[in-house]
Amino acid sequence: MKLHTKCAHELHDLLVSKEISATELVNDVAARLEDVEPKVLAFVTKTIDEAKAAAARVDDKIASGEKIGPLEGIPMAIKDNMCTEGVPTTCSSKMLHNFVPPYDATVVRKLKEAGSIMLGKVNMDEFAMGSSCENSWQEGTRNPWRLERVPGGSSGGSAASVSAGQAVFSLGSDTGGSIRQPAAFCGVVGLKPTYGSVSRYGLIAFASSLDQIGPFSRDVRDCALVMNAIAGHDPFDSTSAPIEHPDYTTFLDQSIKGWRIGVPKEYFGEGIDADVSETMQKAMKTLESLGAELIECSLPHTEYALPCYYIIAPAEASSNLARYDGVRYGFRAEEAEDLISMFSKTRSEGFGEEVKRRIMLGTYALSSGYYDAYYLKALKVRTLIKQDFDRAFEKFDVLLSPTTPSVAFSCGDRLNNPLQMYQSDICTLSVNLAGIPAISINAGFADGLPIGVQFMGKPFEEGRLLQISHAFEQATSCHSQMPPLKGGCAE
Amino acid sequence: MRDFDFEIVMGLEVHAELHTKSKIFCGCTTEFGGEQNTHVCPVCLGLPGVLPVLNEKVVDYAMKAGLALQCTIASFSKFDRKNYFYPDLPKAYQISQYDLPIAEGGYIDIEVQGEKKRIGITRVHMEEDAGKLVHGGGSLAYAGYSLADYNRTGVPLIEIVSEPDIRSIEEAIAYLEQLKAILEYTEVSDCKMEQGSLRCDANVSLRPWGQKELGTKTELKNMNSFKALQKALEYEIERQAEILRDGGKIIQETRMWDENKGETIALRSKEEAHDYRYFPDPDLPPIVISEEWVERIRKTLPELPQARQVRLVESYGLPAYDAAVITGSKAMADYFDQACTAYGMTLPAGQKVDQKGQERAKQISNYMMGELSRRLNASEKGFQDCPISPENLVELLTLIEGGTISGKIAKTVFDEMFESGKKPKTIVEEKGLVQISDEGALASVVAEVVAANPQVVADFKAGKDKAVGFFVGQVMKATRGKANPGLVNRLLMEELKRQ
Repeated sequence: MKLHTKCAHELHDLLVSKEISATELVNDVAARLEDVEPKVLAFVTKTIDEAKAAAARVDDKIASGEKIGPLEGIPMAIKDNMCTEGVPTTCSSKMLHNFVPPYDATVVRKLKEAGSIMLGKVNMDEFAMGSSCENSWQEGTRNPWRLERVPGGSSGGSAASVSAGQAVFSLGSDTGGSIRQPAAFCGVVGLKPTYGSVSRYGLIAFASSLDQIGPFSRDVRDCALVMNAIAGHDPFDSTSAPIEHPDYTTFLDQSIKGWRIGVPKEYFGEGIDADVSETMQKAMKTLESLGAELIECSLPHTEYALPCYYIIAPAEASSNLARYDGVRYGFRAEEAEDLISMFSKTRSEGFGEEVKRRIMLGTYALSSGYYDAYYLKALKVRTLIKQDFDRAFEKFDVLLSPTTPSVAFSCGDRLNNPLQMYQSDICTLSVNLAGIPAISINAGFADGLPIGVQFMGKPFEEGRLLQISHAFEQATSCHSQMPPLKGGCAE
Repeated sequence: MRDFDFEIVMGLEVHAELHTKSKIFCGCTTEFGGEQNTHVCPVCLGLPGVLPVLNEKVVDYAMKAGLALQCTIASFSKFDRKNYFYPDLPKAYQISQYDLPIAEGGYIDIEVQGEKKRIGITRVHMEEDAGKLVHGGGSLAYAGYSLADYNRTGVPLIEIVSEPDIRSIEEAIAYLEQLKAILEYTEVSDCKMEQGSLRCDANVSLRPWGQKELGTKTELKNMNSFKALQKALEYEIERQAEILRDGGKIIQETRMWDENKGETIALRSKEEAHDYRYFPDPDLPPIVISEEWVERIRKTLPELPQARQVRLVESYGLPAYDAAVITGSKAMADYFDQACTAYGMTLPAGQKVDQKGQERAKQISNYMMGELSRRLNASEKGFQDCPISPENLVELLTLIEGGTISGKIAKTVFDEMFESGKKPKTIVEEKGLVQISDEGALASVVAEVVAANPQVVADFKAGKDKAVGFFVGQVMKATRGKANPGLVNRLLMEELKRQ
């Protein structure tokens, strides 16, 4: 049985019916992981021995007749910017190459409590800055659908590992599209929850007011199951919302008949590839066939999202990344003459180009004399962008847009052109600025590469996003396709 | 200082550690001391991924201090990040407050040489403390290496910034004394300067008399005692005056008081001044403070030092000087009040004790300001851990008042009380120190002494008054000091007249 192609809910049924054991499952997925890893390069750290031990414990539990939870025994991967006690957490940066956290991020603790089994930590753009997963201290991860293409970023490893069958689900983080864009490029489900619905405690911060952890999965039901496990108020995160979260699976299998779906025209203009537009048209037809009404609308401040984002995110990053100074942990440059040169040599040698670029941008934007002109202004624009959404959601249940303007681009293509790279997130950035939830699911293919459709929802209405995604998924077949990736040297 | 060439303009910035059990953004203990880096967790160490969670007690305490300093409490306040690199600052930013502090616009009334004056308080804001560096090789300048201790990291502080209303060193000291007393009374800080829980920086500038514009200021740091404040200000004022007299210009800079050298040293000039790049901390939601919250805290405010000073004068007839000294420290003022209670002098507001009561209050005050303070200072203790309880002190005063022991014996009993903490009655009984007031018994001692010294009697008759003193001494010696001195005097005069 090819277990690594199955979804978590299918595997759960097989575990409960004792058709498979957790050990078999972990062994199968781990074998697939190792098999394709030389090509995909998704993992930064593997924890397969620990995973096998954990699987044996789940099997004991099943053998003793105890009930197991829906994610118990299911192999997963965690983006390497979430702290894992005793397991290196590097943010794919030289700066943290030797950092082993003494504590678990809240999401990691929750998944451990749910019985999920971590196979390893996956690759990312350094400190989650990038849109291609090439800005890693390690080698860049590849797109399982076509290896010379990027998997997207920054959660490229998370997306690729699920797409390639190296993990059943994974966690990523999304600051400007870092879950949805790679989910689109790799043809998997990626959800960025409402800001505050999943605890950020233990997530190594990039831009605190934008960062949000969310799941990658093969289908929408798995996405709901992972949300059930990780969402909820956390007393260790002051920005986590003190609200009750519903059982997200209850939204599945519900009709979307009569739903009004807004289609913001700003997301369909210049810069969107013809293939992508065409796939969106088809997706809208599918939704209409399910009884939804699609109506054009406007989010007039969309054009300011990119500049606004590139003030706020670097400003916060410049502060969040200041702690990496070589004093307490991580990388420290050698042969510094004094304190100041130790700081500056450490940071010059420890950070990559993109991280340094953003730290400088952010430092400048916050410096006295420029704060009002840049940071404060950006905060005001952010409010306008949020108000655009508020107004739209007075009329619509959800909004629809492409997740990305194009399919996955070629490795190295945009590395030397940061502005072009930033354009990859043009359809996803506004959502982070507004703090609302959005999901990307596979809507079709162009030339064998996946194309994602994005649904955006009101704050804390992840359930409705799952509902429409599930309805769409049931009406199409694209999610069930696996990349034509073979292990070893066969390809 | 009127004959000084320049007018001195000063403002103080005082940092006080709040007396909470746990740190401002995590659950670690704020206890002083402890092995290095034992009172720490991922949050206060600022490890990658951690987030701060505000300890609400800190807001309560900061509000209480703000109210005691007559400030307006902000209904909307927030935390900002103050970014700078230093090895004792784990996140390379300090969580502090910038444009929306918790409290603003208060004042402290001080009195210097009989003149009353109001010093404005600009603001009170909350922040986290940094860690501590231990420099190998003695001083910072010659350190071969430095070690970091993060126990203090995340201990909650309030910073109290005064207006530049201070015009002399005496005013600066009076302000700090009054501020310290207020913080102690409200119990928001233990104000232990020697442990760094109260720290003072000063902005100092000079200008010619009559000039309106402020002169260029320097910021003095690292003054950790009243003595250091006094000496640093003296040094800095003279340094600035000398430069100005020679026609030079003051450079705006931060200077550190070097206790050992007795001088201020330039730390950094304005040109290299920090740009802290303040911005709202995105990890902490703004603090919204309701009227109810403010009122709840206002109700916990104790009687403040100045009100207490007035009460001691009005209710107990204490001299203003005594009342000022006693209320200068909360522990001392509490001791006084407890002693009055032990004397049965608990008063409803607005009432006065009678003449007898006033005498008793003054007796308590005399002991406290005299012998007790001396003994406490010598053993480096405060009134809060005084070995003689207020009740025992009053018992001693009652023994004197009732004639059970003499004032002289009382000194012996007092010493014993201070050493052993025993009750005075117990000491008097154990040592048989009860005063002899039995006229018959004393009369025979007097007669014996007089009979044994005919030469001295002759001297007395020849008009030498000193002779009386000799006989008193002899009687005291014979009774081992227990004789009632008044009675001895009367009996002696009678006996001598009979001779």
